[in-house]
Amino acid sequence: MKPKRIRILKRIFGLYLPLAAFLFFALFPFYWMTMSSFKSNPELYNLRANRLWIQKPTLEQFKLLFKKTAILHWLRNSFLVSFCTALISLTLGIMAGYALARLKFPGAKGFGLATFITYLVPTTLLFIPLARVVQAFRLQNTIWSLIVTYPTFLIPFCTWMLIAYFKSIPKAMEECAMIDGCGRIRALIQIVLPMSIPGIVFSGMFSFTLSWNEFVYALTFISSTYQKTMSVAVPTELIRGDAYFWGELMAASLIGSVPVALFYSFFMDYFVSGLTAGALKGGG
Amino acid sequence: MRAWIRRFLKPEALTGYALISPALFLMLVLLAYPFCLAVAISLSDRVLGEPGRFIGIWNFIGLLQDPYFRQTVQNSFIYTTSTVSLKLLLGLALGVLLNQEFRGRHVVRGLILLPWIVPTSLSVLTWLWMFDSLFSVFNYLLLGMGVISKKIPWLGDPFWAMVSVIIVNTWRGLPFFAVSILAGLMTIPRELYEAAEIDGAWALPKFWHVSLPLLQPIIAVVVLFSTIWTFADFQIVYILTHGGPINATQIFSTMAYDVALVAGRIGEGAAISLFLFPILLVVIILLLGYLRRE
Repeated sequence: MKPKRIRILKRIFGLYLPLAAFLFFALFPFYWMTMSSFKSNPELYNLRANRLWIQKPTLEQFKLLFKKTAILHWLRNSFLVSFCTALISLTLGIMAGYALARLKFPGAKGFGLATFITYLVPTTLLFIPLARVVQAFRLQNTIWSLIVTYPTFLIPFCTWMLIAYFKSIPKAMEECAMIDGCGRIRALIQIVLPMSIPGIVFSGMFSFTLSWNEFVYALTFISSTYQKTMSVAVPTELIRGDAYFWGELMAASLIGSVPVALFYSFFMDYFVSGLTAGALKGGG
Repeated sequence: MRAWIRRFLKPEALTGYALISPALFLMLVLLAYPFCLAVAISLSDRVLGEPGRFIGIWNFIGLLQDPYFRQTVQNSFIYTTSTVSLKLLLGLALGVLLNQEFRGRHVVRGLILLPWIVPTSLSVLTWLWMFDSLFSVFNYLLLGMGVISKKIPWLGDPFWAMVSVIIVNTWRGLPFFAVSILAGLMTIPRELYEAAEIDGAWALPKFWHVSLPLLQPIIAVVVLFSTIWTFADFQIVYILTHGGPINATQIFSTMAYDVALVAGRIGEGAAISLFLFPILLVVIILLLGYLRRE
């Protein structure tokens, strides 16, 4: 065979075919979610039809969802919780991250180690005692229980991401400003923060996403329909007993997934670079 | 003594304490205290609505003798080892693929991340629908293509249920592996490959002798992270199988949830959760050891 032919074959079998297989594996569930949410019930449960395509696209499932369920509340709760927790964690993470990256004080190492360890603590280890703490503060069954507890896993993440960013900024910049009579906090706000915007955007976005997706705490602390977030409300409120309303379930899953997917497609560059940087620097 | 105190009172140190104190406070109240509480609860026979008595380590002893819990331990290990090795193997392959030059590489990298970024509870609902006993699209496709002659009972059979949760966990975690490995591959200087190419190295030996040794630190970190996340995983099993059928996919977290919050035996449930702690400890020690060496 000619070398050019061999190269093309190598390209097909060494790249395009395996890549197509991976893409199919990664994306088929989303295809199926979308297909199912735009079908009417008779079509959805018709085993004889071509099930991979839609004969008559319809918004029926979405209409039912908005008319019959509290989905607007769930969306609002998810947004509120994710936004507040991302903001809190980012603020506290910037403070702690800056202290660990720049300041020398006794106990800094220990605190750094503690945040790293808490970053690894899974939510399923502590959800039972935390439910009692939440109850003691009388926050159970409100979204406040989530706004208070989510920062425990978000702050360590933000802190570690930002330490890496702060360390990459030359110290001389701040020192100049401080010689010019600028205090440390002002130097942080005016010099360091503007220079670490990619890291801050990434940490904030990722915190938002983690809150939006969180399940265990939200399932444990909240049982009233109107206080639930999307990730818990859809699997618990839309499945009634043994009855699965698949059209509605898929439509709601689509609505719950789209904000995160959109959000991150806008900032994908930040995201991929931040993720890869974070995965490597995380341990710093 | 004085000098020692002065070290804490330097302006720089005071600023430092002021900056870390809010984070520290939250972590103490919502992590350290609940952890102590978890230990205390696990040493009691507390049930829902009653205060419970101190019973020492009887919850732990009782659990270790309970065949139901032993199966949970076994399931957790099967679930974690098989998904972590699958994610690592596929992640290496996908990372290498994504590291090549091709058109649309940017978009493909973004799309590959989707399973990891979308709320797991919602995407797993789609898997639940795809595994449906009557309407499974997989059975529809596989029957249609003639690969199988009989429907696969995805979630209805102990063996297939374990296979199903393993597939879904691999699906969700693969992007994290692939992108981390891709990041590692991108840091390997081209010249190293060129040197190997001059020596006539083929793709596979090239990967084995050039890439893999350089990727080792990243692989270690990713595997350790994934190990603790998978041991503690909850949503996939909770939504897909609820631990069933007949306990075949029950893992630590879902059993802890069932025992503590559904059955109301809080002491025992807390004890089950705490079995995650030694695993966490091992991961932390290995990770810290690894990072210190780097």
